[in-house]
Amino acid sequence: MSSAERANNNSMTAAPTKTQQEQWIVENQVFQIFDLFANLPRNAKSALVELQRDNHLEYLTRGLKRLDPSFCVLDANRPWLCYWILHSIALLGDYVEHEVENNVVDFLSRCQDPNGGYGGGPGQLPHLATTYAAVNALITVGGERSLSSINREKVYMFLKRMKQPSGAFRMHDAGEIDVRACYTAISVASVLNILDDELIQNVGDYILSCQTYEGGISGEPGAEAHGGYTFCGFATMILINEVNRLDLAGLLDWVAFRQGREGGFQGRTNKLVDSCYSFWQGGAFALLQRLHAILDEQLVNFGPQTGVASDISGGEESSDGTQVDDKTCHFKLGGTNASCPVNLNSIGYNFVKQPGEMEALYHRWSLQQYILLCAQDMEGGLKDKPGKRRDFYHTCYSLSGLSLSQHSWSQDEDAPPLPNAVMGPYANLLERTHPLFNVVLDQYYDAHEFFDTP
Amino acid sequence: MESDEDEVMQRVPLSERPEWSDVTPVPQDDGPNPVVPIDYKPDFVETMDYFRAIYVADERSSRALNLTAEAISFNPGNYTVWHFRRLVLEALDIDLQVELDFIDNIAKNNSKNYQIWHHRRWVAEKLGTDAADKELEFTKKILSADAKHYHAWSHRQWVLLALGGWEDELDYCRELLEEDIFNNSAWNQRYFVITRSPLLGGLEAMRESEVSYTVEAILAHPENESPWRYLRGLYKGDTQSWVNDHQVSLLCLRVLNTKSNFVFALSTLLDLLCHGLQPSQEAKDVVAALEMSGTVEPDSDLAKSVCFILEHVDPIRANYWRWRKSKLPHAT
Repeated sequence: MSSAERANNNSMTAAPTKTQQEQWIVENQVFQIFDLFANLPRNAKSALVELQRDNHLEYLTRGLKRLDPSFCVLDANRPWLCYWILHSIALLGDYVEHEVENNVVDFLSRCQDPNGGYGGGPGQLPHLATTYAAVNALITVGGERSLSSINREKVYMFLKRMKQPSGAFRMHDAGEIDVRACYTAISVASVLNILDDELIQNVGDYILSCQTYEGGISGEPGAEAHGGYTFCGFATMILINEVNRLDLAGLLDWVAFRQGREGGFQGRTNKLVDSCYSFWQGGAFALLQRLHAILDEQLVNFGPQTGVASDISGGEESSDGTQVDDKTCHFKLGGTNASCPVNLNSIGYNFVKQPGEMEALYHRWSLQQYILLCAQDMEGGLKDKPGKRRDFYHTCYSLSGLSLSQHSWSQDEDAPPLPNAVMGPYANLLERTHPLFNVVLDQYYDAHEFFDTP
Repeated sequence: MESDEDEVMQRVPLSERPEWSDVTPVPQDDGPNPVVPIDYKPDFVETMDYFRAIYVADERSSRALNLTAEAISFNPGNYTVWHFRRLVLEALDIDLQVELDFIDNIAKNNSKNYQIWHHRRWVAEKLGTDAADKELEFTKKILSADAKHYHAWSHRQWVLLALGGWEDELDYCRELLEEDIFNNSAWNQRYFVITRSPLLGGLEAMRESEVSYTVEAILAHPENESPWRYLRGLYKGDTQSWVNDHQVSLLCLRVLNTKSNFVFALSTLLDLLCHGLQPSQEAKDVVAALEMSGTVEPDSDLAKSVCFILEHVDPIRANYWRWRKSKLPHAT
């Protein structure tokens, strides 16, 4: 027996590490809640597992109207606040007053830079993340006035300015470069129908260099695999039609192990559960569900393709196995679609139109249980974990993750989920969100139609 | 939300400072009916109004520099202010060593902020290789309080790549892992060092010693996911070596024999089998010993048995294990 094995045998008496301690504390809190729940009489149980719609809506609508002084630290993130709040309200199936909608459009117009893109507030430098948030918020509001307020030509020019030779994007003028920047740029371009070859050039190379030995994706090459960046990288690869270049089996294995006994997801290996990862990590499963053909192909060949294009824009696969230079694989499909280049701007639409052909590979029930029992704040809003304070970011992403989970097994796009897909009363059911852009699907379709005209 | 009156140094409003008397503050253009309006305190409003004035005028002076510091103290997340500060620093050709001290101060209470780290990187890049030691010290300090701090690790990696300082990095990883063998960031950093350090021979050259190190870590805590993933990572790009390395399969069996904390051992064994490992009789026996009676047919494919066991011992991933079972290469 080695000293290490002796240590294992004694591990109960050995001093726990910081990681172990923190994990045990959270598990105790969560299991206490679960035990309490389990021992309640039926009526009390249904009350506890109910989504507190009214409370959440009140929290959200108040936030839209006024934020207290402590929010000055988010003074450069106001489009995000708009998006987090409006998207949450939309997920809850509710609306804001017409007047408030107009105010949103007016306000975001003031955040729009004359040279393109949106800043964190009026007069601020345009920034990719706030541009993403503003565009998504405007799509969520929807309607002619909102959608036409986006100056697409200027946004395009802003994206071009942020584009780096390496393929990645800078967040703002002389700003930081990372996978988040890639996602926000490509997502905006895709949803506004302004994505082109120049914008996607080398993005795939950069993201590929961020897939780590663990299987997840990091923010920059070499950094640790992380849920937020994994979603960003994965979604981007799909949008630029290069998802077959990722090691999907490796990614799946990593993300599958991010779900803990608590039911929620952690952002990184050996870190703590956090409700926001319900979307970032849960979202990866929603994406994988529609990539089963590529996943299967990789399993057969034990690895990502270097030549075959992932043609999901037409719903078919190029399968002639030609080893094509992957830089040009977007245009050389071989097989049936040789004459028809991939329409980058249709990818988002086709992705969500095609039915999911495999079930979601995580424990949906446990995730929903975590969100409903541990992440809801009694006074409205949702939070990271028990003991943390509610905020609009966690409200947005917990609800987004909950929605994905509830809708994760609908083979027929138009049919609502079966009751057994929804934990708690069926009234807990949220609106469907687009797993690539995280915008409520109905609003996405309207925007897609609106921007379809060049 | 303490008022400034509680502080020893009371803030003098900009409107009362003679050096600012020539400037007309520019109010924020929120419009008549803004949404998500923040209830700014008067000091905040005033500081930002004056900032807007100099920003619009593009005044790159030392009073502008001081003003950016004030604005940053109110909201370190304002990337526009940081950006402008950089323009001013360049225009005034300020000693950037002093700037590092400035960042140190802000970082004390705001370390989880992209802007601070981006600014730090910008400064360090301008200072060049001389800044390497200081940057490694700085990140070490942050990591001593939070050993998994994402920005700190990113910055540290950038410093090593751009400015050097690799000599002690592997030792530093060892230290951190001794403190907390579950620290995945430290494992990730270890991988970074062995694959990219110009002082080491690269992944393949380091593999043998790293495998020993990792196996020991696994045996001490088989429930620790980090070293299992790290072990797999040591064979990245060379799956055949991983399958053929007896150490790996033996490690799995050893852990399986303890009948405790064996999820990762099973999962690894499954992966090995999927990649062509020919299981020994011992492997089959060990797995058979784990099976619950009556659940699996005796001549079932070993990989199938492993999936089945995993569905039961790792129920949160039951869907995943069922899918893995459905995707097994068919046994002959």
